[in-house]
Amino acid sequence: MRQGPPGFVLLAESFPMWKGDYLFLLQNMVVKDFKIRYRNMSLGVFWSLLNPLILMSVMTFVFTILVPNNTIQNFPLFVLCGLVPFNFFTGAWNNGTICIDNNAGLIKRVPVPREVVPIATVLSTCVHLMIQIGLLLAMALFYGRGIHWNWLWLPIVWVLAIIFVIGIVLVTSALDVYVRDMRYVVESACTVLFWAIPIFYYPSPEIAARFSYVFDYNPITALVFALRIILIDGNAPPLSLLGKFALSSCGMFVIGWFVFRRLKSRFFDYL
Amino acid sequence: MKVIEFSHVSKSFHRAAGQRLLRQYIAELFGGEDKDPFYALKDVNFSIADGECVGVVGANGAGKSTMLSLVTGLVPPTKGAVNVQGRIAALLDLGAGFHQDLTGRENVILNASLLGFKRSQAYDLYDSIVAFSEMAEFMEEPLRTYSNGMRLRLGFSVAVNVDPDILIIDEVLAVGDQQFQNKCIEKIFEIKERGKTILCVSHSGATVQQLCDRALWLDHGQLVMDGTANEVVQAYEGRQAASHA
Repeated sequence: MRQGPPGFVLLAESFPMWKGDYLFLLQNMVVKDFKIRYRNMSLGVFWSLLNPLILMSVMTFVFTILVPNNTIQNFPLFVLCGLVPFNFFTGAWNNGTICIDNNAGLIKRVPVPREVVPIATVLSTCVHLMIQIGLLLAMALFYGRGIHWNWLWLPIVWVLAIIFVIGIVLVTSALDVYVRDMRYVVESACTVLFWAIPIFYYPSPEIAARFSYVFDYNPITALVFALRIILIDGNAPPLSLLGKFALSSCGMFVIGWFVFRRLKSRFFDYL
Repeated sequence: MKVIEFSHVSKSFHRAAGQRLLRQYIAELFGGEDKDPFYALKDVNFSIADGECVGVVGANGAGKSTMLSLVTGLVPPTKGAVNVQGRIAALLDLGAGFHQDLTGRENVILNASLLGFKRSQAYDLYDSIVAFSEMAEFMEEPLRTYSNGMRLRLGFSVAVNVDPDILIIDEVLAVGDQQFQNKCIEKIFEIKERGKTILCVSHSGATVQQLCDRALWLDHGQLVMDGTANEVVQAYEGRQAASHA
């Protein structure tokens, strides 16, 4: 036997091991996604800031002037804590769902590990996310909530959210190969989520208790609550919230991983 | 040593994949058998030893491309086992994974990572790829601005410079102008002389006879003949001539 060359045995229902450099590949795929999205735009990355700023202004105008709501302080910061997670989630979910189909050329011609495609798509959305988190922190400073030790919770809650998004994208991107309607299901679900996630409202304790199944195990809602507790109240997020958040994120990731593994061997036939 | 081995390999496709209804997916999920599959390959057995140079001939739809997809590991067989040892370079579709908006350099590095290279290897390889393509001056331009010929040239350069143990060629011998074509053919012969394994699919009997020692003839998904390149090509071309007469 020669030393080192990758070999494989393909049995029915199996898939070969690809023995390359996963990190190098992932980095290249993320950079590619990011570059091609912005290369031909004159405003470039500035779009990542513009979109949430516009929505924040519109919503602030509506809910403080047109339909005044006096129970919520610092409304722009409050609404931005909802918008940034929502934008990240819907952007990553929508792009991620169609990513296998979009990369059909790659899937049909290069025996690259298929998981890399959805994971890279989600991670490339995280590049915008960084910019939007920067905006969020700038707003928090602007509203006089100075830098706080509890900000150290931010990386933890964001990583949990990213794990969740990768999990759900693994499921929907694999299903979308077989049933192309999946992308419309995702689009519709995002419209519903705009209302189901408390972006521009704060559920009163009675309402939150009554609809707890809508709020408790939805990781994006958990993220919104955690961001508000950290950035507006300056507190650490309660462990009960983090526990459910971690449980549903990791659960989703595990489900996604297995569903994707089960479905990927026949992508070739359906693309 | 056997580097490629097919034992009782079948590959079937659903008819009209993609337009099936939810009901059929659910039926399949619960273990229902596909009633009327289309067999692209049916019970194919052969093995290729280290250093052999094998051609595959057959009409359109005979299963040649499916066979190459199985060898490259793009798709698992429906039945049987495919065993492959060694690093494969596939000249299936030159520049698969290239992107229009990336520069030549970015595409080369991306492609190297897709082919499984480590970071240091990819950058080491970069210079020899560019030198082979003879397009150093265009490497910072986006691929969008390349002509079709230039794109194929770059794709070919990436694929042959990965130092494969097994080279898979799918009718792409004719790349670029005459001078570059000769260079490609020279490179393929050089790889052959270094004792690497080559699997070459072609409609052209002449190419197979020129490059290969042995040939396989596929017809409607079945392996009908396995012998020396001359024998198989003569039989295949004789049969084609007979069916036209």
